[in-house]
Amino acid sequence: MRFHPDSDQTAIQDTVFGAVQDALPRDKLMAFLDADADLEPDSWRALMELGLAGMMLSEEAGGSGLGLFEAALCAEALGRSAAPGPILGQMLAAYALSQTANTAAREAFLQNVAGGSVVAGLAFGGNGLPESWDVVHEAGRAKGQVRFVASARSAGLFLVGLKGGGLALVEAGDSVSVEPVRSTDRTRKCASVTFRDAPVQILFEGGDPAVQRVIDAALVLIAADALGGAQHCVDLSVAYAQERQQFGQPIAKFQALKHQLANMAMNVEPARALLWYAAYAWDRGLPDASRAAAMAKAHICDRFAEVARDAIAAHGGIGYTWEYGLNIWFRRSVFDKAYLGSPSVHRSRAAGMAGW
Amino acid sequence: MDLSYGPEAEAFRKEVRAFLKTAWTPKDVDKAGMKAFVAAFRLKATEAGYLYRSIPKAYGGSEQPSDVIRAQVIREEFARARAPMEVAGNGMNMLVPTLLERGTARQKDLFVRPTMAGDYIWGQGYSEPGTGSDLASVRTRADLVGDKWIINGQKIWTSQGGQATHMFALVRTEPDAGKHDGISYLLIDLNQPGITRRPIRQMTGESGFYEFFFDNAETPADWIVGNRGEGWNVSRTTLKHERASIGSAAVLGNQFEKLVDVAKEVERNGRPAIEDPLIRDMLARIEGWVMAHRYSSYRIMSHAIADEAPGSVSLMMKLVLTEIGHDIARAAQEIIGEDALLEPESAGSKGRGPEKWLDQIMGSLGNSIAGGTTNIQRNIIAERGLGLPRDFPAEHSK
Repeated sequence: MRFHPDSDQTAIQDTVFGAVQDALPRDKLMAFLDADADLEPDSWRALMELGLAGMMLSEEAGGSGLGLFEAALCAEALGRSAAPGPILGQMLAAYALSQTANTAAREAFLQNVAGGSVVAGLAFGGNGLPESWDVVHEAGRAKGQVRFVASARSAGLFLVGLKGGGLALVEAGDSVSVEPVRSTDRTRKCASVTFRDAPVQILFEGGDPAVQRVIDAALVLIAADALGGAQHCVDLSVAYAQERQQFGQPIAKFQALKHQLANMAMNVEPARALLWYAAYAWDRGLPDASRAAAMAKAHICDRFAEVARDAIAAHGGIGYTWEYGLNIWFRRSVFDKAYLGSPSVHRSRAAGMAGW
Repeated sequence: MDLSYGPEAEAFRKEVRAFLKTAWTPKDVDKAGMKAFVAAFRLKATEAGYLYRSIPKAYGGSEQPSDVIRAQVIREEFARARAPMEVAGNGMNMLVPTLLERGTARQKDLFVRPTMAGDYIWGQGYSEPGTGSDLASVRTRADLVGDKWIINGQKIWTSQGGQATHMFALVRTEPDAGKHDGISYLLIDLNQPGITRRPIRQMTGESGFYEFFFDNAETPADWIVGNRGEGWNVSRTTLKHERASIGSAAVLGNQFEKLVDVAKEVERNGRPAIEDPLIRDMLARIEGWVMAHRYSSYRIMSHAIADEAPGSVSLMMKLVLTEIGHDIARAAQEIIGEDALLEPESAGSKGRGPEKWLDQIMGSLGNSIAGGTTNIQRNIIAERGLGLPRDFPAEHSK
């Protein structure tokens, strides 16, 4: 029995965290928030060079042959460091391409997506779940709009959710228009994408179990991002409490604040094993994998949202400023909670899956 | 990552299962013979190496090498067969490990076997009316007069206090020494004229705890564990063997399942309550915490197998469990509605309806006090887990 990461797995996570830190010093991250661009090239390049997008592909397919567990550890590092860009979408698009029976699409795109030379935008639509997807597909053409696609202006390719629950690829081009939206989370700037009879390549028909696998993996990766973000909120608050002086002493000495910080930690640390289980269940294809993914997404994104609020409160005035940067993680908590379905959406699914 | 226990453990499981099949046959035993049958079963299970694994053979244990997975397999198989494990209570959980580490040969001879057999039942004599979270402030006093300690004072919140035959107690023997340095760890026979016991009626109406009054009570001079003034450290002696257990996760899992069951049984607006989207959300919200707790237990066990420290999560388990208990209580109160107006019959009685949840609704409050209050748990997480400054620097933390 082994239910915690080994040293190799921890090393992969540390490498990803270090790569973001090196490529994206704080001033550069702050500058990206206000910039027009929706892709930060240096951190993107560094992560793609590490092979992050293709890590879940088999070695024959040019990947690292790792599982969702390792991918989730990396996503946690991305959340902790507030890595900008559509990295999780890229990982999912590469995975979807590696699983499709559409060999033409696979051969045309897989290598470029896995290597990161083409950016793939995740364009599921609705609330992220297949029942709500509403891009219509007819005679090889897609029509419809997806409201929030991260880094869509940089994308050369979109992984699109179709009405009826299928997944397809659409290339950027004249029949695809991209309209930036003011984005709460400026590390993952979104655009609204409209398909006007755009040519599609079907990867999976509606009802194909592979679609659920992609969604479950997406939920686990977002939960992982949330866990990393929540951890950062705790770490930053603990560090600040030890440094900030009031009434002639560090505020960390005040029991009210200590208890607040303890509660924050209690929101984060026990959730870690739930994330591990969800990733493990997915890797093993266990019968409760979908339910565990739903529970992890709901529980951990809720925890992040709470801890991010608590972190601002624990900091006081400095936490409310733009300059200090805590709002980056607060805004990421808003993204993680809302993206691909609010917690209550997934709890409702989990209730159904339990046969309640 | 691998949640299976591996082939060696599964082979061991077969062995345990085969043993239980022949040794645990309660159906063949009548009510009068049950006590002797259980005692004989425990002896056999100890000979087989399944019980009292951390107790040396010299004191009647099975003296097995520490093995977290085997211990877990044994727990699972005994639970499945509904076979009794070791005698429960403070004696086996706290006193015996302390004696094995700090006791004299004579003390081990005197106390370990009868405690294992369940003949000696131990009460914990730590809390006093003026001594709760600040345990080192104990005032119950013992003076050495000739070859006896003469004890005066009061102890409170002793569980199993009605049946207890003996007590291990923290008492002040060195009034001139410092707060922590003045305490000794004494063993006391509770059946003597100088001791009066009285049940404490709890908010639930039951009496699970007792208080003890010492009025020139006596105990032999050599019934002290460790030296004079070392009692504080002796009481900190921790269980080192096979501690990691997913026992609390299993208990919590059952409790949550029962909550789901009551939501299926109780109706609102003519339909099972569980069909109400608000109830479903409430349950799933709690289950997020239940799952986090369960998999954290696996995580802690995994670290124990690898002989590594699990980190701050282990400091949070009690508080998480307590908080989930509160959440379950709140949810149950919501689900059972007006049935909460009916006070339940006593815990053992049959045919109790949804009102039995009152036990949980009130009992969960006890968990936030016993074994370190919730605010003390938060201090522990903040200080030991997050490295924040201590409220009260321990005079004895060396």
